[in-house]
Amino acid sequence: MIQFILLFSRQGKLRLQKWYTSQTDKSKKKITREIIAAVLSRKPKMSSFLEWKDLKIVYKRYASLYFCCAIEQDDNELLTLETIHRYVELLDKYFGSVCELDIIFNFEKAYFIFDEFILGGEIQETSKKSVLKAVNDQDVIQEVETPQGLIDEY
Amino acid sequence: MPNMRGDAMRGLAVFISDIRNCKSREAELRRINKELTNIRQRFRADKTLDGYQKKKYVCKLLFIFLLGHDIDFGYMEAVNLLSSNKYTEKQIGYLFISVIMNSSSDMKQLIIQNIRNDIQSRNPIFINLALQCVANIGDREMATAFTNDIPRLLVSGDTIDPVKQSAALCLLKLHRTSPESLQLNTEWTARIIHLLNDQHLGVATAAVSLIDALVKRSPDEYKGCVNLAVSRLSRIVTSSYTDFQDYTYYFVPAPWLCVKLLRLLENYPPPEDPSIRSRLNECLDTILNKAQEPLKSKKVQHSNARNAVLFEAINLIIHMDCESSLLVRACNQLGQFLQNRETNLRYLALESMCLLAASEFSHEAVKKHQETVINALKSERDVSVRQRAVDLLYAMCDRSNAEDIVQEMLTYLETADYTIREEMVLKIAILSEKYAVDYKWYLDIMLKLIRIAGDFVSEEVWYRVIQVVVNRADVQSYAAKIAFEALQAPACHENMIKVAGYILGEYGNLIALDPRSTPMVQFELLHTKYHLCSPTTRSLILSTYMKFINLFPEIKMHIQEILRHDSNYRSSDVEIQQRATEYLRLSEICSPTVLATVLEIMPPYPEKQSPLLVRLKQKKPLMEADTSSELSTAPIAQSGDGPKLTDTAMHLHQQQQQNGLLVSLDTTESNGHYETSASSSLPSSLSSSSAALQTNKKFLFKNSDIIFENDILQIGIKGEPKKSVLHVEFYYGNKTNFNLTNLSASISLADELDPELRIHMEPVQTTLDPRAQIKQVGTIECLKDYRDLPKMSLSFFYSNVPQKIDFVLPVYLNKFIEKAEMDSNNYFLRWRNLDKPDQECQKIFPAKFPMSHDVCAQKLEGFGWSNLHNIDVNADNFCGAGIFHTSAQQVGCLYRLEPNKQAKMYRLTIRASKAGVASHLAELLEDQF
Repeated sequence: MIQFILLFSRQGKLRLQKWYTSQTDKSKKKITREIIAAVLSRKPKMSSFLEWKDLKIVYKRYASLYFCCAIEQDDNELLTLETIHRYVELLDKYFGSVCELDIIFNFEKAYFIFDEFILGGEIQETSKKSVLKAVNDQDVIQEVETPQGLIDEY
Repeated sequence: MPNMRGDAMRGLAVFISDIRNCKSREAELRRINKELTNIRQRFRADKTLDGYQKKKYVCKLLFIFLLGHDIDFGYMEAVNLLSSNKYTEKQIGYLFISVIMNSSSDMKQLIIQNIRNDIQSRNPIFINLALQCVANIGDREMATAFTNDIPRLLVSGDTIDPVKQSAALCLLKLHRTSPESLQLNTEWTARIIHLLNDQHLGVATAAVSLIDALVKRSPDEYKGCVNLAVSRLSRIVTSSYTDFQDYTYYFVPAPWLCVKLLRLLENYPPPEDPSIRSRLNECLDTILNKAQEPLKSKKVQHSNARNAVLFEAINLIIHMDCESSLLVRACNQLGQFLQNRETNLRYLALESMCLLAASEFSHEAVKKHQETVINALKSERDVSVRQRAVDLLYAMCDRSNAEDIVQEMLTYLETADYTIREEMVLKIAILSEKYAVDYKWYLDIMLKLIRIAGDFVSEEVWYRVIQVVVNRADVQSYAAKIAFEALQAPACHENMIKVAGYILGEYGNLIALDPRSTPMVQFELLHTKYHLCSPTTRSLILSTYMKFINLFPEIKMHIQEILRHDSNYRSSDVEIQQRATEYLRLSEICSPTVLATVLEIMPPYPEKQSPLLVRLKQKKPLMEADTSSELSTAPIAQSGDGPKLTDTAMHLHQQQQQNGLLVSLDTTESNGHYETSASSSLPSSLSSSSAALQTNKKFLFKNSDIIFENDILQIGIKGEPKKSVLHVEFYYGNKTNFNLTNLSASISLADELDPELRIHMEPVQTTLDPRAQIKQVGTIECLKDYRDLPKMSLSFFYSNVPQKIDFVLPVYLNKFIEKAEMDSNNYFLRWRNLDKPDQECQKIFPAKFPMSHDVCAQKLEGFGWSNLHNIDVNADNFCGAGIFHTSAQQVGCLYRLEPNKQAKMYRLTIRASKAGVASHLAELLEDQF
């Protein structure tokens, strides 16, 4: 089971976090700090896996972003790499050549895509089409529901 | 600003841009505070805020939270969004509570009600949102609230596929959080299993994860899944990748489903039905064959997905451990990976091979790769890969290759990463002992080990060297010889000095006839190191000197001179001073015959499991489970004349606790006469006695214990519970040779105004004679449940100096528990009745002690409640009941303790009829197993 997923930049800035086990905010922050430090200190050519406490961290870098997945001892590392890749593909297809900024400005969408793809730490739907259809359907509803011409200030 | 999808909440985008444009952390903070003030005002002032506005502000709060700031308002607005009939507002509401709200929220019931409304709505996209929220939060209350609705969605024929998928994983989450609240109707078992066959691959993919968990809970009920899983797997692996359309991932058909199915099968032994079994073997064979085919794409995704399935298949092959041809093929396949240019594959191949090395069918096949693995150790650039190589070398080691492997590991150790050195030292020490044919070789290796990695040699390791030497008469003179030689090096590691010091003290006489190592030479050599050592080592060396007095009376004068020297006799270190004083005195007053008895050589240690294995297991709890069980069944002593293996470490450790020495040569066991030690030294007069404050938890499980002890006084407690009253007896023992006067004792409660306990003690006698014990009796009555333990204060005069001692009285709540017997119907009836959230507490904690069934049973019974048999279907679990008596009411308590030996964890669930009692009892018991 996936315990949590973190997306962070090369500068160590956390961009997205998804927790599948309940943790206090304090321990989330602590874990995040430790994992970011551990992953950023890895050198190229090293394996994409590292042992961290009793978990395994599987990570991969895409452009400026690190995608990092914590799994349990008996989970499949290689498949987790592909789980990450599939998520990246989903983002890419949804946003059209996704970049870090897309995830910052549309963080809620990134969460919605997660929930269609992975639920409770397990893969629920691996078909790219199905996931994207679900998320695009949501956007259609959103457009219908949104009042037009609203002056939107903060 | 990048393009926004969908409607784009412009205000949100503007805010995010603002934050990104902030030049400094302070500016960012100012901007955030401004926004928070704005939102707070909007929420407070504008009751007519429309859904869109609310959604936007909640989203901003979410963004601020994700930046790492605390959010303490807006919860109500978020929960309000849940009841909106607009999908997107609902969705943001759910996102907010999934991300921000912790289980402690007091709006829980409101949230649950909203979720229930959505689940019961006929709108599948609402249902899915609600299910996703449950899967994200999934706490106990939700498990109880939806124990019927969600399973029904899963098995109902009307449910559309995406909802089924969510429902399956939602149930899995609830099962994980709170298995006992989730009661699945057994009529649904067959329908759940049949989801494996669902036409929709997404449904099957989600369902396997749920079934995997249910199988772990009740393997027999779900064993029908084996057949279905094998046939589904077979259809996938034998088909062409084009058959699965969007479920084919880079030319690999449904890799996620395949891997999950293979893992599901790992829950069972190999299928007994020959046709299913051969079908499964064909699948595994096909997967192995496909791994040999040329790659269909150069993309790493293709090979990763293919190999992910392959590794999972190999795991299953290893798990079944019966098809030698498959095991050997798996091993050859992994052997190829060892040379692959992908670091990931090399890493995983080394890891899987460790498991293969443990199987008798493939152990020899693994050994063929020894050279490659050794090369990996030398050439891999990634430390974690090298670590795997060390693990594998350790796993593949046997008598035939031990010398080579130990030598290679030693060589590597000199340049190894600091992070893995200690573990390597342990492994080298274990292997060289386990496979030693010639113990001279073993000693050579061990001394070399200390020489090159002294800092990483843990105490257990060098204790063990001494154990082996003490137990093997045939190597003792060799040991003395090489220990002496090792000391001749100009710079010696302190661990080397300890080992050599100990060995020379015991067996220095065996090399004393050699003119190069006469007694005087030995003594002088050792003494050149003396001043450079830490006090603990110096204490050990002083003991060696004392042993020298017995072995070599001719150098007694020199040694006495050292003992008499101010740096020892008046050392600021108490231990050194004490030893110097006592040894000197001993050497002056005892006749040689008495000395010879007192300083006799150490007797052999009793044989037990090597403490090194214990240590190694502690270091790597998960990785080593298999190899170590293999080790313990292949004991180190191959025959009666093998080394008498022992637990010096523990033995010495006890010593260390008793008298504060690291290693004492003079164990009280080996020479009973020798009782001059810390306990007899006079207590230094203190104005306030060193209150060795103990919150001793032994009293949890027993009705008598020592609750306080220092140099002057020992206090014991004995309790006899009778419903809500505990009859107690305190025993005060004077350990000194002087009177203790003006003795008075008082007990104070945490809350004097509203006491939870009523304490009545008979007055205590005010004078305590030397070496005498007095008793004080009384009663403690429990008025209501309590958390804070009472404190005991004791004051007295010791040689006219006032002393005061304060300590916590370990009268835990459980002392008022009376055990209750009942049958399983009754038990479960009561269990179900106690279903309010504050009536239950569950703790999951790692095992602190070896997981013995009997010890657990003993502790649970000692705790006061019953240990009922035949209640839990799993005989490894414990269930029981008790009544907690207070003078006002009786509180029924039920518990269930589930050990998980594989994970070395316990799960303890307690339910009690009064709020708060369960959690208190759970806190007491947590970490006691």
